[in-house]
Amino acid sequence: MALRALVGVKRVVDYAVRVRVKPDKTGVVTDGVKHSMNPFDEIAVEEAVRLKEKKIVSEIVAVSCGPTQSQETLRTALAMGVDKAVHVEVTGPEYNNLQPIHVAKILAKLATEQKADLVIVGKQAIDDDCNQTAQMTAAFLDWPQAVFASKIEKEGDGLTVTREIDGGLETIKVKLPAVISADLRLNEPRYATLPNIMKAKKKPLEKKTPKDLGVDVSPRIEVVSVEDPPTREAGAKVEDVDQLIEKLKKLGRI
Amino acid sequence: MERTRWEVHKIKIFFKPDVCIMKLARIIPRKWGTFGGYRYAHNVSTKNSETTPHEAESSIDSVVPKTAPKVGIQEPAPSLKQGSFAKRIFVGDFDTGLLTYPEVLDKERHETLHDMLKPIEDFFEAKVDSRKIDADAKISPALLEGLKELGLFGLQIPQEYGGLGLNATEFARVGELISDGSVAVTLAAHQSIGLKGLLLYGTEEQKQKYLPKLATGETIAAFCLTEPSSGSDAGSVQTRARLSPDGKHWLLTGSKLWISNGGIADFFTVFARTADDNVTDRSTKRITAFAVERGFGGVSNGKPEDKHGIRGSNTTEVFFDNTPVPVENVIGQVGDGFKVAVNILNSGRFSMGSSCAGAMKKMMEYISDHVINRKQFGKPLKDFGLIQEKLARMTIDTYVMESMAYLTAGMLDSGLYEDCAVEAAMVKVMSSEMVWRGVSEAMQIYGGMGYMKEQPFDVALRDVRILQIFEGTNEILRLFIALMGVQSAGKQLKDLVKKLRNPFMYPSVAISKAFQRTRHTRDAPSLNLNLKSFLHPTLTKEADLLEYSVLRLQYAVEIVLERHGSKIIDQQLDLQRFANVAIDIYAMTAVLSRASRSYCIGIRNAESEITIAAAFCQEAHRRVRQNIEELVDGPNCDEYVSDLAKKVVENKGYFCEHPLTRTFW
Repeated sequence: MALRALVGVKRVVDYAVRVRVKPDKTGVVTDGVKHSMNPFDEIAVEEAVRLKEKKIVSEIVAVSCGPTQSQETLRTALAMGVDKAVHVEVTGPEYNNLQPIHVAKILAKLATEQKADLVIVGKQAIDDDCNQTAQMTAAFLDWPQAVFASKIEKEGDGLTVTREIDGGLETIKVKLPAVISADLRLNEPRYATLPNIMKAKKKPLEKKTPKDLGVDVSPRIEVVSVEDPPTREAGAKVEDVDQLIEKLKKLGRI
Repeated sequence: MERTRWEVHKIKIFFKPDVCIMKLARIIPRKWGTFGGYRYAHNVSTKNSETTPHEAESSIDSVVPKTAPKVGIQEPAPSLKQGSFAKRIFVGDFDTGLLTYPEVLDKERHETLHDMLKPIEDFFEAKVDSRKIDADAKISPALLEGLKELGLFGLQIPQEYGGLGLNATEFARVGELISDGSVAVTLAAHQSIGLKGLLLYGTEEQKQKYLPKLATGETIAAFCLTEPSSGSDAGSVQTRARLSPDGKHWLLTGSKLWISNGGIADFFTVFARTADDNVTDRSTKRITAFAVERGFGGVSNGKPEDKHGIRGSNTTEVFFDNTPVPVENVIGQVGDGFKVAVNILNSGRFSMGSSCAGAMKKMMEYISDHVINRKQFGKPLKDFGLIQEKLARMTIDTYVMESMAYLTAGMLDSGLYEDCAVEAAMVKVMSSEMVWRGVSEAMQIYGGMGYMKEQPFDVALRDVRILQIFEGTNEILRLFIALMGVQSAGKQLKDLVKKLRNPFMYPSVAISKAFQRTRHTRDAPSLNLNLKSFLHPTLTKEADLLEYSVLRLQYAVEIVLERHGSKIIDQQLDLQRFANVAIDIYAMTAVLSRASRSYCIGIRNAESEITIAAAFCQEAHRRVRQNIEELVDGPNCDEYVSDLAKKVVENKGYFCEHPLTRTFW
């Protein structure tokens, strides 16, 4: 039985960009800043594509929630080997306050709609570092979850997943359908090649809104302030250990 | 015989009264037919003019055929196509169409292109280590594989042959991201020249046979033109091709020098002499282009050359020893090799502008941390005027390179122009010099630290140095730019001369010309092209500077042609000035056109673009003014130049006595 996989991909500020806080402290500057697919989601896409290459998965659907530009991210996923894409358009203030709970509801709805047997997402997005979407999606669907996966194997009707946990690895079995979140060491994503990017243009990209899916995306939390981390102050050199201890005592650190 | 007739006419002309204007006649090629009542020696059309063996000696054309295409590549409807911008400005005919910066990509192509950028950028970021490539003097097989997989070997090959079918604009944009010199040259040698002959002139069978494998990089291509005794003078190749007795093969014998990809290519575009021995040596019809597979036999190559820069690009000598090439592997027609070579080279040059701009952008990003964090005298470098000047200069130069590159690419993609060979040459000259200066200045900002091998400047500086040398040295290209312009100006001026010679029939022409020239002697041409009406009003002053430059060039062309006639060919220093003026005019056009567009449509930082345009135009205008002054009435140092050079040659080196030399005690 070949599976159908749903992969979540998020468009985030590129990891190499030095983020700047907006002067009004409502968030970070995103205008004119390079964006790309969340690196953990890239790993999720890669894993789905590899499962497809191993004939475990028959079709991969990628989904992204966000403004029109999210379609760029979806096209990257298509170029990497995803079969079709769903863009759930969320813009303006709704997008600024879009939280994992909203995305999880959308993913859960789509998983049902697309008859997915497997949902794979990155363990967290590098912009908000929430690390909640996979878990919440599993909860909404009432499916088993295998988060922080570093290895996925098909075994019988289910999957054997190796998870990265504090201090080591844990191997668990999950029944299908299931939700998986990809950790860093699961695989090394391929580059979308230029010929595949061209071919990706011909793959289907469906547009939806949260409303179509019956998901309420009204904000649950309010961002009070976004601030730069405090700048590191200059250090000082000391002659020897005695001086160091004396100085630390003076500063009240020991 | 024809030549004698030509000389007779010249003599007749000199006996005419208004010698000054008549001198102009000397530069008018014979093919223009009648002039002033005289029927010229012959009236050949452009197409068969190449068959004229004497051409080389007798007219302004003589230098041009070596470097210039006579016949456009794709001429489905030549009548609809406009003459090149660059040629037209030499007669003051400004193509205002270029003041609207081109937008050639529709939404879909624009999107696809931008989808492609990130993977390429990421790939180069992660996999390409320029210092290692430089130190190893080799691109590792793994990296080469990666480049092939990414699809970089088939950028301009049409999709039906397995390539990406990128147009010039898209190709230029992708080229910006090829951030390593060795990789860039490997790719360029493959597709900008190595396989370009097939794209431009290949038969359907040739394309079917070779392009799919070339598109994936399974086969790598190389372009074999240069020989030990044939460098800039490409027409003088000695590699011979003899037809086999059964007439089925050409047998190639000879050696080719400095062939990029020579050791890794399996497909070669080779230029060889096919003419019979009794055809004169200067004929342009004696060369033929061949598609040669390594597997044909008799193909070998030397060791990779140890080069100053682009060390990872594989450059070798390639030898052909009785290599049998099937007759169906001739690219173009037998005897058309020179045209094929020239058009390949001309069509490949435009992309250098964007590559250089890409390199500069990376450099500027790299140095920005240093100028912010490095402190001297208690201040960060960014607060010093002399550092600021360098940053501003780099910004302007990068903007100019980008603007010229994408204007030219846009012209190529529009299909409205016969060819953009001169514009492409301008882009190449300008950007190769700007990027050299830019990288050098970046190193300067880093000071002593910048001179260390661990910084990227060492490799970058050596890599970009080649740009002024290969694909036509900047000297040859400057002559090419000027001669193409002057030649086409000569044609246009024919009519004017006819009218001026006959002031009673055309009094208004004579008077207006006289008036125009008085204004010019005061360095104040009347601005009547109204270029400012094509640009945003913020750029009015700059539009006037551009217009001034155009009119001054036109004036200088007339004056200098009157003075030197066809001897202008030998006035290399004047030609260089013409080229520099023309390049500045093209650059100003590109910059103004782009800045105006950005400002009108409200692009981010557009107001800075206006500042950049203003700064560049002022500088360019100053250079134009000086060049024209030197061209028209001096003073210039040309006499000293030839005197001193002569003495150096006579003395085989520096000839002044040592400053410690004494003639008395």
